Amino acid sequence: MSEVKSFLRKYLGIFSRSRKPDLRTEEPPGHDSMRTTKAVEVEFTPDDPLLPYLLNAAGIVEVEKIDLDSPILQQLKESGVHITLPLISQGELIGLLNLGPRLSEQEYSTDDHRLLNHLATQAAPALRVAQLARQQQAEALELERLEQEMRVARIIQQTLLPKELPSISGWQVAAHWQPARAVSGDFYDFIEFPNGNIGLVTGDVTDKGVPAALVMATTRSILRTAAEHLVSPARVLKEVNNQLCSNIPPNMFVTCLYAILNPRSGKITFANAGHNLPYLCQQNRVDELRATGMPLGLLPNMTYEEKDFKLAPGARLLMYSDGLVESHNEQGEMFGFPRLRQLLGENTFKQGMIPYLLEQLSEFTGPGWEQEDDVTFLTLERMESVVKEPKTTRDTGGVSRDDEFRVLTEFNLPSQPGNERLAMEKVAEAVQDLGISDTRIEQLKTAVAEATMNAMEHGNHYQSELLVEIRVLCSSSRLTVWITDQGGDKDIPQTEVPDLEAKLEGLQSPRGWGLFLIQNMVDEMRVHTDKHHHSLELIVDLEGGTHEEG
Amino acid sequence: MKKAEFKASVQSQTGYAVIDLRGEINGFAEAELTAAYDKAELENPSSVVLNFSDVDYINSTGIALIVGLMSRARKARRRLVVFGLSDHYLEIFKITRLADFLSIVPDRESAEAFAAQK
Repeated sequence: MSEVKSFLRKYLGIFSRSRKPDLRTEEPPGHDSMRTTKAVEVEFTPDDPLLPYLLNAAGIVEVEKIDLDSPILQQLKESGVHITLPLISQGELIGLLNLGPRLSEQEYSTDDHRLLNHLATQAAPALRVAQLARQQQAEALELERLEQEMRVARIIQQTLLPKELPSISGWQVAAHWQPARAVSGDFYDFIEFPNGNIGLVTGDVTDKGVPAALVMATTRSILRTAAEHLVSPARVLKEVNNQLCSNIPPNMFVTCLYAILNPRSGKITFANAGHNLPYLCQQNRVDELRATGMPLGLLPNMTYEEKDFKLAPGARLLMYSDGLVESHNEQGEMFGFPRLRQLLGENTFKQGMIPYLLEQLSEFTGPGWEQEDDVTFLTLERMESVVKEPKTTRDTGGVSRDDEFRVLTEFNLPSQPGNERLAMEKVAEAVQDLGISDTRIEQLKTAVAEATMNAMEHGNHYQSELLVEIRVLCSSSRLTVWITDQGGDKDIPQTEVPDLEAKLEGLQSPRGWGLFLIQNMVDEMRVHTDKHHHSLELIVDLEGGTHEEG
Repeated sequence: MKKAEFKASVQSQTGYAVIDLRGEINGFAEAELTAAYDKAELENPSSVVLNFSDVDYINSTGIALIVGLMSRARKARRRLVVFGLSDHYLEIFKITRLADFLSIVPDRESAEAFAAQK
């Protein structure tokens, strides 16, 4: 058998099973370089008339005696091939055993023919097995290479997803990303803005796998760039759409929901490019939040509707891709929107909304479920209105108090001169039932007006689009009013007693009464500063207090 | 927010002038208040009476405007007489010590009597 193998190695030409367009053969003995056994390339075309001829030939074929208009035949003749043996396995021509003239320059004998035919009979199946083994090995290597590439792609894609959830005081944010394949067309993102607002994104690229993942990465990148210089979600989506239209492969598009949360007011402004409508669960209601807009990447110059709503304390928002609602159970029934809406209405998310929905999905699909599409959730929950007072502040030197506060009112005002009057009237209205004396109400109104003026002037520089946020909280013993601007990163000056004599003499500006007035109108004033905001906290003690009534 | 209304009208009497203030004394009031005080000074009165009876809001900018008038009066050796302040703004005038440099009286009659004194 080893002789046969050696023989085959030297003289065998092999057609690959995939019929690649060449036929390699060894240069036959008897030719000029007959003992070098140099490989001869034979061009191969599947429609060559020699192939059916060989397939139907019974045993050895004498090349010189064939008269066909065949390029392969021509090449064999030019290569000095004298006789050829078709190697046939399972009705398929898998190779040729080519031989040149005998070294003795005599014709091949009957014995030679018998030996060669015997060889061909044994060599054909052995060659077939070898071919299959080699093909399987190549396929296994290719599969391993692809799997390795997918593992790398998944790691790369995961680096594009948020590494951690944003931590927002008074809010709980959660997300879940579950690709159907190694990589996904689904994505979610959080964008933190300098003013403390948070951008929330969920998106779904048509298709799955690597093409979808590449479009996902592009979309995310374009959206982040657009969000840096555009405030309005509708304008951001418009820009992303225009940029994607010229870059996205044909027949692909992206659905995307982009919302901006103001964590202090609870207001969410959003626009929707054909994505699933988010669900708002609050006050025992489940509402779909609608804003119209075409998916991204289909048609340029689309406009997007922009809506806003407010999350009351205790409210939850669900943003999600269609992997959940389009899942099927064993009976072929779809999970569907009505089921999701009903589940949300049941409002039993003791372990959290996402674990609850995943559990429901698992129950619905049953064991052994093969995930059909990527599943992504992003949830947002505003904590109940009972808030804890900040534990530490600069002014209290870290003193903590554990009073529980409820929110009486909260509102925002544009930074326009005169709006301090609105602030004081709204606060006065909010506290009117607390039994505070008229005198103290007047004092609080002045403090609120002055703090609001400071916020509009020094924090927001009277840029009307920058809001002053006002929150009125009340516990059993204290009333606090938080007035927050968009300044931050710079300390509010310490309160000083104005030098009236110097002002009257013209040695100092007649201005500079604000902080002094505030401090004298309430029981306590605290300053809270972070990177993006200043907050003035005005405190009125409801149990008598240290501040004397005028 | 609509621009706050502020009006100041001047009545010149022998030896003094009365400025009746109406509305909100804040940044928007500056031009009107300054013009009224200019007018009140035309006959070089020894006293200027400020009537706050119809003033419903004074903010820190308004306080600064009043301090500006006080400064002018001090340089011209004129007395500033004030009446009609609400309890709340009277408290503020005390806290800010404006009351120490003003003659605060309860009503117009007292104010004019005080202003007419040489």
